[in-house]
Amino acid sequence: MSEQRPDEAKRRFLVTATGVAGGVAAGAVAVPFVSSMLPSERAKAAGAPVEVDLSTLEPGQKITVEWRGKPVWVVRRTPEMLERVKAADDLVADPGSKRSLQPQYAQNEFRSAKPEYLVLVGICTHLGCSPVDRLAAQSESFAADWKGGFYCPCHGSLFDLAGRVYKNKPAPDNLVVPPYKFLSDTKLLIGDDSKGA
Amino acid sequence: MAAKQKEPVTGAGPFNGVLTWVDARFPLMSLWREHLAEYYAPKNFNFWYFFGSLALVVLVIQILTGIFLVMHYKPSAADAFASVEYIMRDVPWGWFIRYMHSTGASAFFIVVYLHMLRGLMYGSYRAPRELIWIFGMVIYLMLMAEAFFGYLLPWGQMSFWGAQVIVNLFDALPVIGPDLSLWIRGDYVVSDATLNRFFAFHVIAIPLALVGLVAAHIMALHEVGSNNPDGVDIKKNLDANGHPVDGIPFHPYYTVKDMVGLVVFLAVFSLIVFFMPEFGGYFLEYNNFIPADPLKTPSHIAPVWYFTPYYSILRATTEQFMYVLALAVIAMGVLVWKTSTTARAKLAALVITAGLVGAFFVIDAKVWGVAFMGGAVIVFFFLPWLDRGAVRSIRYRGTLYKTALWTFVVNFLVLGYFGTQPVTNYGTAISQFCTLVYFAFFALMPWYTRMDKTKPEPARVTM
Repeated sequence: MSEQRPDEAKRRFLVTATGVAGGVAAGAVAVPFVSSMLPSERAKAAGAPVEVDLSTLEPGQKITVEWRGKPVWVVRRTPEMLERVKAADDLVADPGSKRSLQPQYAQNEFRSAKPEYLVLVGICTHLGCSPVDRLAAQSESFAADWKGGFYCPCHGSLFDLAGRVYKNKPAPDNLVVPPYKFLSDTKLLIGDDSKGA
Repeated sequence: MAAKQKEPVTGAGPFNGVLTWVDARFPLMSLWREHLAEYYAPKNFNFWYFFGSLALVVLVIQILTGIFLVMHYKPSAADAFASVEYIMRDVPWGWFIRYMHSTGASAFFIVVYLHMLRGLMYGSYRAPRELIWIFGMVIYLMLMAEAFFGYLLPWGQMSFWGAQVIVNLFDALPVIGPDLSLWIRGDYVVSDATLNRFFAFHVIAIPLALVGLVAAHIMALHEVGSNNPDGVDIKKNLDANGHPVDGIPFHPYYTVKDMVGLVVFLAVFSLIVFFMPEFGGYFLEYNNFIPADPLKTPSHIAPVWYFTPYYSILRATTEQFMYVLALAVIAMGVLVWKTSTTARAKLAALVITAGLVGAFFVIDAKVWGVAFMGGAVIVFFFLPWLDRGAVRSIRYRGTLYKTALWTFVVNFLVLGYFGTQPVTNYGTAISQFCTLVYFAFFALMPWYTRMDKTKPEPARVTM
C-alpha cells in the first residue's frame, strides 16, 4: 500500500467536487440573508391612499401631504400660472411627458387630470431630494428669467409649474405624478385612481 | 518541540519568566521582532510618515468612543435623534465622547488624505508595493462606507437627505438600479429599516472589515519594507548582519518619533473637540441639529467635506458636459492610437473610444454622473500601473510630474470647495473643468511620467 502513488486525477476530482458542493451550499445559505434585507411584509403593507381636503386651498397655494413616506404636493394653479407652464414649453426637456412617469390622464401639457390642480410626488427624479418652491416668476440666482416652478437644492435641477424638468439639468425625467382621483370637487384621493365605487 | 529551540526572553526584568512561558506557546517574540524591534525602516522618514500611525490612532479613538456611544444610542427612527441629544445633555461626559467621535471622523479623513498624498509624492504605491496601495485604497473605500452609514445614525435632516441621495445613486444604475436601492433601504423610502441596518453595518460589519484590512495593509508593508522620501531601495545596501545600512529598528526609533507626531495631533484634535467641535459646519453640519423630516429637504444640502470633491464631479456631469467628455475621450483614443505600436492596441483604442462615446449619448447623464463619481475613487487603484516614471520620489522627478501632482492637489481642493456650495452656473462650469483635470491626471500619467526629465536617484538615502 505504501508503495502505491496517490491517484492524482481522483484527488483533483474530489477536491473540485467538494469545492463546487460547498460553493452551492454557501450560495444557497446566502439567499435568506440577502432576502432578509428586502422590504418586510409590514413595509409592503404600509401605503394606504391619502385623502386631501381641497376646500381651504386658495388659488396659487401649495400644500404637502405624506403618502407612502413621500411628500406629495398639491398646487392649485391660477390661469396665469398655467400660462407660464405654456411659456416654459421650449425650456423643458420633455414637454409632452413622453418618457416620464405619470398616469394616462396626466400625460398632457399641464400634467394633471384637471389643469387647475397639480399633483406631484415631490421627489426629484435625479437623486431623490425634495425640490423647494420657487413659484413666483422673478429673477433667481439660477435663472434670470425664471417662470416659476421648483428648484432642487441638491443638484440644481429646475422644474416648471407642471413638474417638467428643464433642459440640461441633472434630473433626467419630469417629476412623478402619483395615481389620484377626485372624490368630489373639494376632495382628492392620492394613491388610488380606480374607477367606480 | 518548538519551545525547546526558542531562547528564553531577556531584557524584560521581572517579566522574563512569564514572557518566556508565553513565547513557548505563542509567537510573541517573533511578532515583536518582525514588526517592531527588528523591522528596519529607512532612517530618513520625515513628518509625512506620521500619518500612517496617526490613522491607526484615530481608528482606535473611533472604536473606543463608538463602543461607549452605543451604550446610550437607540437605532430607531423614533428614538435616534432624541438619544443623541440625551448623550449630549444628560449622559455624564456624553458630549465629550460624542465630539471625539464626530471630530475623529473628520480627523480620519484628514490623516488618510495626507497619508495618500505622501504615497503620491514619494511613489510609495510602485512595485513592489502595489498590494499595500490596493489594500490601502480598499480601506479608504470602507472608510467612506463607514462614514456614510454612521452619518445616518443621528437621524437629523442632513443624515436623512444625505442617505436619500446616496442610496438613490444606486437607483441610477441601469436594469438592477431600482431593485438594488430598494434592497439597500429595505423600504420604499429611507426609514426605520434603513437606519437599523446602517447601524449594523456601522458598528459591526465595516469596523471588522477595517481592522482586518489594516492588518493586511501592515503585513504587506512589513513584507516588502517601507518606502522613503528618496524612493530608493534600502535593502540593496546591507551591513554585516544583513540589516539595511540605511535602516533603523522601528522600535524604539520610530515609536518614539511617532509620539512627537501624536502629541501635535492630539493637541490639534483637543482644540477642535473642546473649542470648535462643529468646525464652522464642516465637521457637524448645522442642518443636522434639526430632526429628520421626510417631507422637506433643507434648502442647501451638501455632504460632509470629505465627500465633496466627488460630489462636485457628480453635479458637474450634465447633458451638455457629455459632449465635452466625448471630445476628451476621442482625444484620448487618438493619443493611444498614435503612441501604441501593436495593431491589437490600436484596435482596442478604437473600440473602447467608439463604445464609450456611443454609450455617453445612449445612457442618461445621470448614470454617468454616478459612474464618474465612483470612477474618480476607483481610478486610484490603477496608479501603480499608470505611473511609468524612472524614479519613485518627487525629489528626483522632473517638472512634468511635479506640475501634474500639485495641479491635481489644488484641483481636488477646488472640487471639494464647490461641492460644499449651492449650485451656480459659474460653480458648475469650474467643477466641469476640474473634473476634466482630475481624470487627465490619471489618463495622461503613462505619457507625462515617461516623458519627464528625471534626476538620477542617489545610491543611499539622504537626510
